[in-house]
Formats: sequence, C-alpha cells, structure tokens
Amino acid sequence: MQISADKKIEMLQTMILTRKFEDALAELCKIEGKIPGMMILCTGQEAVGSGACAALEPLDVIITNHRSHNHLLAKGADPGELMAEIFCKSTGCNKGKSGTLHLAVPEVCAPCTTTVVGGSLPIAVGQAFAQQYRQQDRVTVCFFGDGAADEGSFHESLNLASLWQLPVIFVCENNLYAGAQRFDEHARVKDLAQRASAYAMPGRIVDGNDVLAVYQATMEARQSAVTGGGPTLIECKTYRCRGHGETDQQLYQPRDEIEKWQKKCPIPRLSDELVSQGLITPDGLKEMETRAGDIVDQAVRFAEESPYPLPEEALDDVFA
Amino acid sequence: MQKLGLGQAVNQALREEMRRDPRVFIAGEGVGVGIHNSPMLPTDGLVEEFGPGRVKDTPVSEAAIAGLAVGAAEAGLRPVVEIMFNPFFTLASDMIVNHAAKLRYLSGGKSSFPLVVRMKSGAGFGAGCQHSHNLEAWAAHCPGLKVVMPSTPADAKGLLKSAIRDENPVVFIENMGLYFTPGPVPQEEYLTPIGKADIKRQGRDVTVVTWSSMLWVAFGAAEKLAGQGIEMEIVDLRTLTPLDKETILASVKKTGRLVVLHEATRTGGFAGEIAAVVMEDGFPSLKAPFRRVTGPDIPVPASPPLERFYIPDEEQLIAAVKEIVETGG
Repeated sequence: MQISADKKIEMLQTMILTRKFEDALAELCKIEGKIPGMMILCTGQEAVGSGACAALEPLDVIITNHRSHNHLLAKGADPGELMAEIFCKSTGCNKGKSGTLHLAVPEVCAPCTTTVVGGSLPIAVGQAFAQQYRQQDRVTVCFFGDGAADEGSFHESLNLASLWQLPVIFVCENNLYAGAQRFDEHARVKDLAQRASAYAMPGRIVDGNDVLAVYQATMEARQSAVTGGGPTLIECKTYRCRGHGETDQQLYQPRDEIEKWQKKCPIPRLSDELVSQGLITPDGLKEMETRAGDIVDQAVRFAEESPYPLPEEALDDVFA
Repeated sequence: MQKLGLGQAVNQALREEMRRDPRVFIAGEGVGVGIHNSPMLPTDGLVEEFGPGRVKDTPVSEAAIAGLAVGAAEAGLRPVVEIMFNPFFTLASDMIVNHAAKLRYLSGGKSSFPLVVRMKSGAGFGAGCQHSHNLEAWAAHCPGLKVVMPSTPADAKGLLKSAIRDENPVVFIENMGLYFTPGPVPQEEYLTPIGKADIKRQGRDVTVVTWSSMLWVAFGAAEKLAGQGIEMEIVDLRTLTPLDKETILASVKKTGRLVVLHEATRTGGFAGEIAAVVMEDGFPSLKAPFRRVTGPDIPVPASPPLERFYIPDEEQLIAAVKEIVETGG
C-alpha cells in the first residue's frame, strides 16, 4: 500500500506532539501540588496510537485505557482542554471530573478512557454493535495493553465480536510489561496475536515502533471490518520505556533492555526516513518540533491559568 | 382490564417500546430462544416479532453483555439487556458499577448512558443462593444508577417503559415469583414515574415500607391486622434510587410508626437506609422504635423448609407491627 507523504507527515506530527506533551507532563508532575493523582505516560509507544488513528475516519470511534494521551491527541482532541483536564481544572474536557486517567472526548468520538484493565474491550464491542446495527461504514478501535489480554473481558469481547462479526479492531499495545510483570511472567504464549485464532479472528503482529506498519495494519483491518469481514486483533510489539507510572522506579526492568528499546524510538525512525527521502527538510523538521512545543506551551499556560471547579460542582453530572 | 403476570407485563412494555423506538434492542442469554418456554416469561415471542437483529441471544458472557449495553448506549441506541439472575450481577458488575454508573460523570456530563439492565431475583424456587440472592442494596449504593423493583404487573409495565426512555442507566429487578400471578394492567399507553413511591394501602397506625414481592406479604398481614383493629399503611417503594423520601416521611408523620420489610438479607440491607432517612428527617414523628423484617444473614438455602425460614412472612411482619403498636404509645 502506498502511503502519501501528507499522511506520513501527519503521523510524525502526532508523535512529536505527544512526546512534547508528555515530556512537559513528566516535569510538571514532579512539582508538588501541580497535578493531582498518578501520571502514566507512553514515551516510546507513540507509534501505536498515531498510526492506528491516522487510519481512521473522523466518525470512527476509539475506546482507550489508562495510557491514553497519545490516542486522544491522535484522534484530534484539543491539547489545551486535555492539559486543563490533566490539571483537573474547570476548563478541562471533563470539567475536572476525570483528571488524567479517565479523559473522555466524545467530540472526537473518543467517549471513554477506562482505567479498569480490560474495561475498554466490552465497551468497544457495544460501540461496534451500534455501528453495525445502524449499518454505518464506521469502525471502533479498542486500545489495551498486554495485561488486559489476561482479563476475562478480553476473551468475552473477542468471542462476541467474532460471533457477530462486529466492526471492531482490537489494538493490543504489548509494551512487554503489565505493572511489574514482564510479558513472559504473565503469559505463556509467545504472541498475544495467537489468541485471535481461538476466536476465529485474524491476528496480526506488527512492529509497534513502526508507525507506518501500524497504520497499514489498521487500514487493512478497517477495510475488512467495513466490508463485513468482522474484527481483527492487532498486536503491536513495543516497549514501556518509562515505569508504569512516574512514581515507578523501574527496578525490575533491566537497564540495558530500556536502552536497547530507547534506540528504537519511533520518532527518529520516521523522521530520518522522511528526511532521507526528501519528504521533509531538516529545517522543516525543526519547525515541526517548534510548532508542537508552542502548542504544548500554550496548553500548559491555559491549564495553569484556568480556575479549579467550585467544590459544589462535584454534585453535577451524576445523572442526565 | 387485561390481566397479566409481571413477566407478561414486562413483555408488553418491551414490545411497545421496541415498536415505538427503533433504537431499542434487547440482548442476553436466551432472550430469543431460551431453555424455558412459557407465555408468562418476559422475552417470550419477541424474536418472532422483531427478529434476531433486535433480539440478540448472546453467549454466556455477562461482562460482554453489560459492556455491549454501555457502548451501544453511548453510541445512541437504547439497550435493554438481561442478566439472567441477580447473583450474576457480580459477573457484570464491572461494566455496570465502574462504567455505566460513572462514565457520564467522568465525561463532565457530555455523554449519557440510557440503558436498562433487567435481572430476575427472589427466593422461593429451591434454586439456592447462587440464583436467589437479592443484591438490590449493592446497586443502590452506586451513584449514577437508578434501581427499580416493581411489585405489580401494572407498575412493572409502566416503570420499564419509563426506564427505557430514561437517559440514565437503570437496574430493573424482577421477582420471579410475581411472573405467575396475573394482575390488572391498563391496556392504554402509560408511564409510571421512576423515583416515586406508591401508597398501596392507606392506614393510620403504622407505615410499612416495602417493595417487590414483599408487597404481597404486607397485604396479607394488613388484612389480618385490620381484623384486630390495626390499620397498616403500605408504601410500595417501587424505586430504591432515587429514593422518594417525601412519601416515606409523609406517611411516617401520619402514622408515627415505621417497619421496613424486604426479602434481602438484613445487615447492610436497604431497610437501614430508610431508617436513617427517617431518623434524620422524621424523628419527631416517631412514636415508637423502628423495626425491620428481613431475610436473616445467611445465603438462601435450597431445602424447602430452610428456604421458607429464610423468606420473611406475614407472621414476622405482624409480630413486628404489634410490638411497636402495643408498646409504642
């Protein structure tokens, strides 16, 4: 499949924006009282969400998980409203109710970020059912990690999606760690994609640090889903370069393993390729980085200057 | 007026709402083709009328069934899913408790989740505790859920129609014992409001708050007590959350005495919540101590004499009422 230069540049932009966004968060979350709660970042995994979302149409849906920032930015969520929500401010996309962990952006068809591991799968099945029920040419992409593939909800969801041939793409971001457990400490299979065969569903293995490969696999799965071919499981092999969260000291991750994977960073991998192919100039790349930095600076400023919600606003939005 | 069992009334509500609104679909284990065939059952004949596209038989996958409802509701459909028995709520509860109930709040009010989870409940079938555990208090403890437990076929129909049209997740619990006792159900279109209790019997001496099948125990006790000059007022709660405090407090103000009757087990049961409401907002009305009549704190046993021992009966209610009427001034 030929991928246009514009599409490649779009994916690079998304990855760079995510990296800048999360690099800022990595610093900000160290400042006492700045950002409440946990901070879960995806450094090194930006290719998965950026590639998968680039293959989607605006009305396609994504359902994501606790490591969501990249997925949401890639789907087109407003960085300022996301940042303000991460700061738990009233101008955040969820008025401070969700914080960094449960960001919901229904405006860009990203209605649910769930922190219950495996929680995204049954909901994605429901979204895909609605798409099928209404005979829409749309798909739902469900993002989850390798740990979620050990939950019962994974198996129930894959079975039901396959049984009903629902237009859902299960994107497993296998970053080799579920909490402190290395992949081979929590699963006996070599590849989670193997589990697709248990549900008579195609299972694809993709280099999760190759954004173009993720894009291509998602395009193919999408094409299959909207033409009645049912769901696909795509296992994106990647690596969690940071801890589970920012307070995790990664004592269980070998130093050389981390360094090995840092060298496989998906961003220079694509930008070097685009520069060498003459699709962007080194100056153009710098400009892209500057622009992403400006967007993030502006988002942080917006979040910092925004007020907290009033305490009694806690009572709003329980019921419609 | 037509006479229907509660299951038939639910069936009629489902049919009417599915005819009215193409967004309504039902899903669950055996909702299309089930292992029991009876015109008294709630989903009888629905697949024949609406087809397998809207009456979805699912695998035995409660988490997926509940998640199907959550995702489809957010996407704009009106799912009515069945979790076969109340104890299987545990298998579906992550999707109901952590997602259906919370996702609207987490979206800052942007999304809504108009779904109904129907569950069968109740002891009396010798089915034992893993099919007969009444867990309404668990659901009622989750902000974001509405919990409805009808006692009559007419209420069941009107409440289910309201639940399907509600913008919020509703847990709708049907006592199976009520499926087989026909009662009058209006033929014309009507809705019964969620969050509104109903005074099923007027009386001056004592307020009995109850719901679901226990209403009929209260009726039996009320007849016997009337013969002894004690007039019971029966408040049929119908909806646990949102709780109709006004009706409860007004009735207690009138009678000065309160007994709560429920089939579910005692400790942590919803009777405690009603007692707390009356202590907080209606204490000066009370002329006598509060009493509750509930299932004992045991799993529901299977053997008939043991199960009969579990289910609260008229004699226990009569004893509780007499105690506070005779000693409480």
